[in-house]
Amino acid sequence: MLEIQTKAYGPMTIDERQIFTIPEGLYGFEEFQRFALIDAHQKPFYWLQSLEDPNLAFILIKPSVFRTHYEPGIELSDLASIGVKAWHETVVFALVTIPSNGSFITANLQGPLYLSKSSNLGKQCISPRDEYRTKHNVLEEMAALQRGGR
Amino acid sequence: MLILARKTNEQIVIGDSIEIHVIEVRGDVVKLGIKAPRDVRVYRREVFDEISRQNQEAVVQSPGTPVLPRLEGSDENS
Repeated sequence: MLEIQTKAYGPMTIDERQIFTIPEGLYGFEEFQRFALIDAHQKPFYWLQSLEDPNLAFILIKPSVFRTHYEPGIELSDLASIGVKAWHETVVFALVTIPSNGSFITANLQGPLYLSKSSNLGKQCISPRDEYRTKHNVLEEMAALQRGGR
Repeated sequence: MLILARKTNEQIVIGDSIEIHVIEVRGDVVKLGIKAPRDVRVYRREVFDEISRQNQEAVVQSPGTPVLPRLEGSDENS
């Protein structure tokens, strides 16, 4: 167990298994490599909390929450650098943006974050597929999903 | 930065395993073919920039917990 500082909940004790190293960092944040994955008090969100800067935190969501088939076209070989050999070792997340102006929340399906449960390493990939963009309206797509679309 | 002039159908070789072919030049658009090993990531610059910009936007700004919307009907578990 380990005590860390979080942006969302202040000091917190976490398990070592919640710590993920992203060797290349997130795009635009290459200097930050160590993060904790924390369940948000509000499902189905997660926090990706930087261990190097308590002020740096992101909100994540699993694309499966609002998409039945999310196939970003990432290959296993793209994840070889983080020691991934099979898909079942991985969890994929989308970074969520919550605009401060109260506008709808969006998820980035073009730049999915893969975390490996076996190596505790992570990597942000880029989908080569045009249908995935950086801003997907989560609530709208969930509503469409529940209406039986997609 | 190394600057090379190339004509249609000419190539550039980078290291042992990367080739860039000039397929077509029309007006101010140049069409390139790129041969690279699978583990070499090739993207348009704008895509990188767009993802970086979106990551910047995604950084949670408020000091405490932002108000997360309640997603009705979500039965997603960790």
